[in-house]
Amino acid sequence: MSGEFFIFIVLSLIAIGGGIMMINLTKVVHMVVALVFTFISIAGIYVMLSAEFIAVVQILIYSGAITIMMLFGIMLTRHNDQSETSGGGLRKFLIFLAILGFGLVFYLGIYQLELGEPSTSLHENNTEQIGIALYSKYIIPFELTSVILLVALIGAIVLAKRDDEEGEERE
Amino acid sequence: MSSVPLSAYLTLAIILFCIGLYGALTKKNTVIVLIAIELMLNAVNINLVAFSKYGMMPSIDGQIFALFAIAVAAAEAAVGLAILIAIYRNRKSVNVDDYNSLKN
Repeated sequence: MSGEFFIFIVLSLIAIGGGIMMINLTKVVHMVVALVFTFISIAGIYVMLSAEFIAVVQILIYSGAITIMMLFGIMLTRHNDQSETSGGGLRKFLIFLAILGFGLVFYLGIYQLELGEPSTSLHENNTEQIGIALYSKYIIPFELTSVILLVALIGAIVLAKRDDEEGEERE
Repeated sequence: MSSVPLSAYLTLAIILFCIGLYGALTKKNTVIVLIAIELMLNAVNINLVAFSKYGMMPSIDGQIFALFAIAVAAAEAAVGLAILIAIYRNRKSVNVDDYNSLKN
């Protein structure tokens, strides 16, 4: 077993373990913290795939921003701390079987997939390559992303703002 | 030649996707449903980055797609959380089963 494979196994186990803990824990805050392990080990997987910039972005956005935002969402709403799953045992079991079948079908499709030789130049000046591609080939989607972020910012503020008349009546 | 094959990364991605799908379908708390969706998007990003290295024509494009996917996912999480806060103000509940205004 080579070192690279060993690191891959360790990172995968942490990622899947975080996901399983998210499913099984009872307190909502613990679930979100369990997913942080998953997000950080996915960043490690990105480093193995010679995508250093994406790994840093993953740590910043997911284990930083989105986790904190979800924790705020939990704190701002009533968290009676116990998140029991919905439906009876039968419904959960049927969903589990359906997802198991889904996963098996896709696993049969990919478990022997090999497509050519891996690239050897992606890790050289990774950020520079991404920047050049973003500002030449993908300039229009890049600018459209800024529009999406602006719309999401304004939309989130408008949605979460208390309606004026309604708020005055209540207070 | 790398020692970790492409199929290993794809298998990890599909396991994470299935965990996220199960969480999104069975959990009651809306915040947990939202974050399970984020987990599914992460699994897709692993696929994109894996194909950018091991694909038929390896190039940087897969990583760019992953970056765009992360940006859209962040926007989606923000809007989803704002909707959650707005609904919570009216219904006083974060339980997905209570959000049935569109029924009947």
